[in-house]
Amino acid sequence: MAQEDPHSAGSEPTGSESTGVSRRTFIKGVIAGGVAVSSAAYLFRNSPLLTGGSARAGTVERLVGLTVNGQTRRVDVAPHETLAQTLRYKLGLTGTKLGCDRAECGACTVLVGDVPRYACSVLTHSVRTERITTIEGLAAPDGTLHPVQQGVVEEQGFQCAYCMSGFVMSAVGFLRKNPNPTREQLAHGVSGNLCRCQDYDKILTALERGAELSREVARG
Amino acid sequence: MATVRDVIPPFQLLQPSSLEEAVELVADRRDDAWIIAGGMDSLDWLKDRTKRTEAIIDLSQVDELRGVRELDGGLEIGAMTTLTDVAESPLVRERFGLLAEAASLVASPQIRHQGTLGGNVSQDTRCWYYRSGWTCYRAGGNTCYADTPSAINREHAILHASRCVAVSPSDTAPPLVALDAQMVIRRGERERVVEAADYFVGPDLDIMRMTVLEPGDLLTAIRIPSTWSGARFYFEKVRDREVWDFPLVNVASAIRESGGRIEDARVVVGAVAARPLRLTAVEQGLAGQLLNAQTIARAGEVAVEGARPLRYNGYKVPLMRNLVQRAVRGGPLPASA
Ligand SMILES: Cc1cc2nc3c(=O)[nH]c(=O)nc-3n(C[C@H](O)[C@H](O)[C@H](O)COP(=O)(O)OP(=O)(O)OC[C@H]3O[C@@H](n4cnc5c(N)ncnc54)[C@H](O)[C@@H]3O)c2cc1C
Ligand code: FES
Ligand code: FES
Repeated sequence: MAQEDPHSAGSEPTGSESTGVSRRTFIKGVIAGGVAVSSAAYLFRNSPLLTGGSARAGTVERLVGLTVNGQTRRVDVAPHETLAQTLRYKLGLTGTKLGCDRAECGACTVLVGDVPRYACSVLTHSVRTERITTIEGLAAPDGTLHPVQQGVVEEQGFQCAYCMSGFVMSAVGFLRKNPNPTREQLAHGVSGNLCRCQDYDKILTALERGAELSREVARG
Repeated sequence: MATVRDVIPPFQLLQPSSLEEAVELVADRRDDAWIIAGGMDSLDWLKDRTKRTEAIIDLSQVDELRGVRELDGGLEIGAMTTLTDVAESPLVRERFGLLAEAASLVASPQIRHQGTLGGNVSQDTRCWYYRSGWTCYRAGGNTCYADTPSAINREHAILHASRCVAVSPSDTAPPLVALDAQMVIRRGERERVVEAADYFVGPDLDIMRMTVLEPGDLLTAIRIPSTWSGARFYFEKVRDREVWDFPLVNVASAIRESGGRIEDARVVVGAVAARPLRLTAVEQGLAGQLLNAQTIARAGEVAVEGARPLRYNGYKVPLMRNLVQRAVRGGPLPASA
């Protein structure tokens, strides 16, 4: 990471020129500022991208290769940017919803590795080396729905469905670890997701159907 | 639904990739950096703009701080081990089941997948006056807004309040205190080991901090000695909803018995004071006693001696009494008790 040079990335890193501060002058600046030289290696560029403010001097790489839904995409990520913001506003993956933005509803759930996490409450830079899967990445390339999605279609589990992608991602992550849950275990598995339309019973029935279809697919 | 207008104000992001780099950075930047482990407590402060920071030191890339290892017959748990990994660790479950249980009852699955044990024991209080940015004692002011005649204080302290009535919100802290755990803290080259019971501080000692951690300190691991392995354990958490919610009261105990008599006991209660409370008077009263209805009832009474409820949290007194009784008994009380 420390060695990564934004200029070797192939594409021109937006904004790095605009500050007029090169990495070299930055390091000098840091020494002059009395901070240990070693700190410089871990600095990330402070981005004006989301705030519209100007970048502070003394910042470095913010260009990361983020692996989302099996594709590695170069994206310019501000240090203070959450994964939900990167997915929705930088990569256009708006299937990931924002409900509370406070780890209290689950609408933003995505898989980091195989693990369901709240995309609203994790910095993108903290998971930049991980495989990320969103609702858009579940279906097969030929359009065949993921068995959990198919279960939702068959049982019509949701009403407004704002909470749906979060529930589906939670269920998919949970089922990878527990392919054969009881209804109660499945409910516990998706307990970090809320539905404002309050139809948990139908949601669970749909997800249970999804679990069943997942097992059928696994059996081949 | 809260309006999502929350772009976190900018900060510098520092990502050490090894323990030594992290230690060095934390020491170098002690005046202006904030450590994040899972960030589940920290990010909300920043989103709400009630606290700000120049820089974040993000420990997410420091793999050395993750994992559960055997150590001298006990266990050492890296500070960055997630609550899910603590809850599911065969070693923790087998030897210190109450800690696994407590970790499994924190918040929600997604939060446990990201929140760490080190962060859980170092998290700030949830008093919402304080968290909403009121300039109370804990924030450097000269009032406690949760302890006024019109204050809403259902979640607040019933014991050992001193000006501030906020409580320790952690679910894993009481089991760790009950198990005589030790916190391993690095500051530069120096390592110090602090007993869990001394790690947490109340407002009488320092009204603006929840733990002894000072700027420049990095919590690296939590050690659980073999002292209590094989004892009878109990953990219970009471909360409003069965998911997400912080404890209204939680209890952890470790009890060693022989021939129906209690040899030694640890009983610790959370969310009733600013730090997890080890009930030494209860423990002393239990030592040497037969485990019978009288012993159990007495333990509950001693536990709540001196409790001073506020306007809306009187329910915590019988709740704490009952939980302590259940902890001593090892399960629900019989209907007649
Ligand atoms: C909706 C919600 C519900 C919750 N419910 C519960 C609950 O029921 N029970 C419960 O116990 N908790 C609960 N929590 C609180 C808490 O966020 C989590 O328990 C979690 O374990 C915190 O860990 P973290 O690693 O994410 O913390 P962080 O936010 O990363 O850190 C918390 C604090 O500890 C410091 N810190 C962290 N690691 C270190 C280290 N290694 N060295 C020095 N300082 C360090 C940080 O600087 C920060 O001040 C809840 C949180 C939310 C948002
Ligand atoms: S938007 Fe992330 S949990 Fe609600
Ligand atoms: S279906 Fe409307 S929020 Fe869940």
